[in-house]
Amino acid sequence: MEDRKDPIQNLLDGPVAVVNIGLAQFARTLEGQGVDVVQVDWSPPAGGDKRLIDLLDRLGA
Amino acid sequence: MAGDVAAAVEAANARAVERMLAADPVLVDVAVAGDAIAGLGDRTILHAGPPIEWSDMCGPLKGAIAGATVLEGWAADLDSASELAAAGGIAFHPNHHYDAVGPMTGIVTRSMPVMVVENRAFGNRAYCTLNEGLGKVMRFGGNDAEVLARLRWLADTFGPAFGAALREAGGIPLKPMIARGLSMGDEMHQRNVGCTGLLLRAIAPALARAVDDRRRLAGLFEFIGGNDQFFLNVAMAMGKAIMDPVRGIEGSSVVTAMSRNGTMFGIRVSGLGDRWFTAPVEMPRGLYFPGFSEEDANPDIGDSTIVETIGLGGFAMAAAPAVAGFVGAGTAADALDYTRAMEEVVVARNPEWTVPALDFAGVPTGIDIRKVVAGGRTPTINTGIAHREAGIGQVGAGVVRAPMACFTSALEAFAVEMGIA
Repeated sequence: MEDRKDPIQNLLDGPVAVVNIGLAQFARTLEGQGVDVVQVDWSPPAGGDKRLIDLLDRLGA
Repeated sequence: MAGDVAAAVEAANARAVERMLAADPVLVDVAVAGDAIAGLGDRTILHAGPPIEWSDMCGPLKGAIAGATVLEGWAADLDSASELAAAGGIAFHPNHHYDAVGPMTGIVTRSMPVMVVENRAFGNRAYCTLNEGLGKVMRFGGNDAEVLARLRWLADTFGPAFGAALREAGGIPLKPMIARGLSMGDEMHQRNVGCTGLLLRAIAPALARAVDDRRRLAGLFEFIGGNDQFFLNVAMAMGKAIMDPVRGIEGSSVVTAMSRNGTMFGIRVSGLGDRWFTAPVEMPRGLYFPGFSEEDANPDIGDSTIVETIGLGGFAMAAAPAVAGFVGAGTAADALDYTRAMEEVVVARNPEWTVPALDFAGVPTGIDIRKVVAGGRTPTINTGIAHREAGIGQVGAGVVRAPMACFTSALEAFAVEMGIA
């Protein structure tokens, strides 16, 4: 039982592979440090405009 | 309630795409615009994009209008032509209101020859002028004696012969030609090398039978073979013929037209009738011919975005890696990304128009305004770039985005139409 660590602890014991969602600058910074990164191009729906998001919800998007 | 609306939109969009995929466009004829296009009469000029007044027009559009006015004999010279136009002596209307489309300035007047594409699945016809070639041409705002002489040759010599050949051949089906063109590296907007060759091969025997004089025939072959973009105007008329039957489907959020007049970008949406939703055009980003830069460029212009509306052009960039380099859009790998990105704004893929480099996935088809607004990603367009001053011509080629404001205003109107706002 004693050698069971917190999963987060295990995650950081070895090399880290990162999936970065959104702002690409974070991915580029990690890449610069030799970290394995996959960048996912994402932005908030409708640019975060709540009124448009509400319309889209009701239109099934 | 919201679920019912969403289901209704999904069903309507499925019908819209069914009509797009069921289309059977055939290049059937070349006709005189004034004979073929109902309502195109004296002192009337059709132009690219949504409606616009003379005072709001850009340099190339004004220049092309002045040239067309002289061509038609409505004014003796370019200065008096511009004065006539500014004084309200000429009526201006969008091509799209007359079953027509035109590249860049998109000018159509009554004496010009237009290619006729018939959608045999629905019985409608669409029209586009003949591509004039590269360099100083009217579609880029050219209007001098050389430009007008070429237009007269197209009307008097090329058009009648090409039309006779098409009639004798019984028309040329276009869907199979597009499918082959995609496998030959064309995306049908900035690259039409493959399809121009295929068209020339298909029409050559009938053209030879239509023209007795061998030197004249050679001139016709030279004109087609010497212009890699000859097929662009065919693809545009085809796009219009495909999209017109998609107009007016109740509850559909599919885009039926995207078009620019050099000042405003406009879109139309199936479930919103023939209303235009407009926003200021953007400036293409691209590569310039030697001696020119972005400072020389006119903002985005032309009806040619009808090819993106049917899933070609920027939507089919993955089929045309050479275009990515030509328009400054990056590498062959980047070309794949352009097409993949457009998959997120459409209803379906076209199973008949496939891209070899994407394991023969179909081109993205049926732009859905909901997906454009939700994803924050507007359609990518491959385009030529005109000089901002009249009479100079093309200065480069690039990529431009449709403005998001067209899609958000259309979405708001669509919500009202669907009774939820």
